[in-house]
Amino acid sequence: MTQTKQFGPLTRLLMNDAAGRKLLLVLVLMAVFIPLSNLLLPEGSFFHVSTYTMTLLGKYLCYALLAIAVDLIWGYCGILSLGHGAFFALGGYAMGMYLMRQIGDRGVYGNPELPDFMVFLNWTELPWYWLGFDQFWFAMLMVLLAPGILAFVFGALAFRSRVTGVYLSIITQALTYALLLAFFRNDMGFGGNNGLTDFKDILGYSLQSDNTRAVLFVASVLALILGYLISRFIVTSKLGRVLVAIRDSESRARFLGYRVEHYKLFVFVVSSMLAGVAGALYVPQVGIINPGEFAPINSIEIIIWVAVGGRGTLFGAVIGAMLVNYAKTYFTGAFAELWLFMLGGLFVLTTLYLPKGVVGLWAQLKEKYQQKKYQAEAEDNPPALNTETQSKAAPEQQDKLNFVQGEKV
Amino acid sequence: MFTLFRRVFFAVLLLSASHNLLANNADTQPSLTELSQQLISANYKEKAALADQIALIEDDQTIVILQALLDSRLYYVKSNGQLLLVDSSGEPDSAQDAFTLQAVTGLGKRDIKKIGVNNSLRVALRSLISRAQISSKHKSQRMAAAQNLLKSSDDIDRAFIDQALQRETDNSVAEVLHLVRALMQLKADQTEERIEGLTALDGALYPEVRAGLSEFIRSFSDEEKLSRKNEYQLAQTTLTDIEKLVSINGYIENLYFGLALGAVLLLAAIGLAITFGVMGVINMAHGEMIMLGAYTTYVVQLLMPEHIGLSLVVAVPAAFLVSGLVGVLIERGVIRHLYGRPLETLLATFGISLILQQAVRSIFSPLNREVATPEWMAGTFMINPALELTWNRLYIIIFSLMVLALLALVLKRTLFGLQMRAVTMNRPMASSMGIKTGWVDALTFGLGSGIAGIAGVALSQLTNVGPNLGQAYIIDSFMVVVFGGVGNLWGTLVGAMTLGVANKIFEPLAGAVLAKIMVLVFIILFIQKRPRGLFALKGRAVDNG
Repeated sequence: MTQTKQFGPLTRLLMNDAAGRKLLLVLVLMAVFIPLSNLLLPEGSFFHVSTYTMTLLGKYLCYALLAIAVDLIWGYCGILSLGHGAFFALGGYAMGMYLMRQIGDRGVYGNPELPDFMVFLNWTELPWYWLGFDQFWFAMLMVLLAPGILAFVFGALAFRSRVTGVYLSIITQALTYALLLAFFRNDMGFGGNNGLTDFKDILGYSLQSDNTRAVLFVASVLALILGYLISRFIVTSKLGRVLVAIRDSESRARFLGYRVEHYKLFVFVVSSMLAGVAGALYVPQVGIINPGEFAPINSIEIIIWVAVGGRGTLFGAVIGAMLVNYAKTYFTGAFAELWLFMLGGLFVLTTLYLPKGVVGLWAQLKEKYQQKKYQAEAEDNPPALNTETQSKAAPEQQDKLNFVQGEKV
Repeated sequence: MFTLFRRVFFAVLLLSASHNLLANNADTQPSLTELSQQLISANYKEKAALADQIALIEDDQTIVILQALLDSRLYYVKSNGQLLLVDSSGEPDSAQDAFTLQAVTGLGKRDIKKIGVNNSLRVALRSLISRAQISSKHKSQRMAAAQNLLKSSDDIDRAFIDQALQRETDNSVAEVLHLVRALMQLKADQTEERIEGLTALDGALYPEVRAGLSEFIRSFSDEEKLSRKNEYQLAQTTLTDIEKLVSINGYIENLYFGLALGAVLLLAAIGLAITFGVMGVINMAHGEMIMLGAYTTYVVQLLMPEHIGLSLVVAVPAAFLVSGLVGVLIERGVIRHLYGRPLETLLATFGISLILQQAVRSIFSPLNREVATPEWMAGTFMINPALELTWNRLYIIIFSLMVLALLALVLKRTLFGLQMRAVTMNRPMASSMGIKTGWVDALTFGLGSGIAGIAGVALSQLTNVGPNLGQAYIIDSFMVVVFGGVGNLWGTLVGAMTLGVANKIFEPLAGAVLAKIMVLVFIILFIQKRPRGLFALKGRAVDNG
């Protein structure tokens, strides 16, 4: 997708996506007004957005991009990855390594080459995998490549041997768990338990200044918009149709002659790169990256953002990420004890009552209304044979059928 | 020169001892009390002779008194000559009567006086104590004495060891004494004797033997290495042989730890295998069922603090009931509505696990709780000097196998088990044969959760009980199930034991964390090869999609 061609596809992408258009509009407005009000308006003003709020919003935007990445594979291809936090964290570490090298000799030990924790561990030179991270372009390349390569290798292995469903979920969880344990080790050379922190500046601009924060915020918005458009491009393309077919019936798609594993692998790698970018934007705004980001619970939380927002709708994922994280910020501050109850309750309630999330609630109500109308019509005409046989199936089976039907976009 | 002196001294001692023995046989034997009492007024020379006589009296108190004398803790009351044991601080408050061990009160510092000892007397006393112990009636005391000799064989005489060896009837004690003798032989002047000692040391696992041998090897100068080549080489091969044996024992120990870890994993995973195998339900709250079981143990112990041993026995059924009931509730309340949607079930049960964790955190505090271990589970048993195994792990291995056997029995021999298997193999068919699949599901889920609760009881004996207890085991349990194959008890057993042992075998090679990562990576690769696990279940339920 080059810049010059963007006008044509852009209209095509957003043609049938009213909600997406609104979302993008809001995002563009945010990108313009929030930094302006932060930088130009005086602090006492009603419309002034504090740097804290802006950074917090920037953090949510990164989460939203991550949610889109997960929605792309789970909502459209049925791959429930319980380890997507790993790709997010890898992107974050790549960025963190660049920021670490930028500290230079301003660290506690004043070593121009080595980050503090390496001096502390009595290392004498940079390990080979830290080379090149003093260059911004190289670090950015790694933000894409590190998660991408891991996803490629892992996905190629898993999809080729047809590891699907819960098995895949469990081994993705094992993957992020293994990485969690690995990054906790000091010998790994990624700062161990403490991770990477005490960043000073990015591309020569201080991370503490409001200007840099504003730029980072705008970058996050742009990344989210770009991520949305890329995902939208994928799901509206012919390839996207195949993905949905794979989600709904993998064997059938395979029997029709599609190389299912190739499609899955492609979308898995793209999704991991999006997650990596989200992580890379997250780290300079939060100021730290540590192995805790690999914790399996983090990856599962991403799933709940998507589920709450509405699986299988890209803007739903964005809304879900924003909503749940706002609730998290609010409740962990106000009633710390209640937060896990709430989060747990969210999992149970959304899966039981909101299979299509907040976004789907409206559609669900509309569908119910239409069904009533349809039933009223059906009483005049005899119902189709197909629905007859379905209603006689075992209750569990029926549940499944209903779900598959309800899932189609 | 000094050894010579010591030998002479000992010879004199032995002579006088035998002389006394003869005398004692002739007269009435002087009692321990009388002899000890004479210590008060005796000079050092007389004290030595007295100690000698005391050592010959077969009384458990003999060693106590000699030891106290050696440690300068033997006092007497100036006014009436009563002998006292005082602790090393020398405070009269701690005084006990030397014979009855009853506390003696009301004494000031000036009322009592220490019975003094000098260095030569100390040397003599040490050997006397060893000798008294080595000729004790109790085998355990003789063993302790022999092992003590192994630690410090410098003060004793070869003749004494030889004598003890002749008297010794027990093989295991004799073995240790032989080692003591062999270690002494290493310091001998004749080559033959040293070689004899080296040969005798072959295959001995005591760390002291290893230390003695390496010291012996180090004592060779470069010229000696050439001039006493045979001896040097023999010493080295003996040492490497021993080290090989020790490392084999290390492997056995690791294997044992691995089996114990496997047993824990088995307990944790077996319930998961049932729920997953029969119902296709991924229960992410399974770890919290384990945690509930562990907290049940804690509560049971709070209720009956007097009977820790019994509380554990009570806790097993209690934990089964608590976790089982919660499991049935979860099944009826949530999972029932989500059948056929495994990914949704996974998310919903994850939510439940968060709620349960937070509930426990709110009720019991987020801090870890310690569950007491009953006495019969604490401690170790020694197989050989290089291999000591802990009891609690053995109990857990046995316990988990018992649970497995019981479960297999339930599955194979009861009506419920039959129905459960029927539902596993073909749900619609079982349903049309009149089996209430919903009812079977609920009970199955309860059973799986209940077993998780039992796992919690076992875990409470190994680690601290906290709200995150379940989290630590849930991923491993999933790995076991995925590795072993779903819905298959044998698969779970083999999977658990393999993973447990693999973890512990890699551990010394790569460190605990890296070992865990290696195992995880191995499973990720393994599942590529066999996506349905080691022992895939054959049935209709397995082919979905």
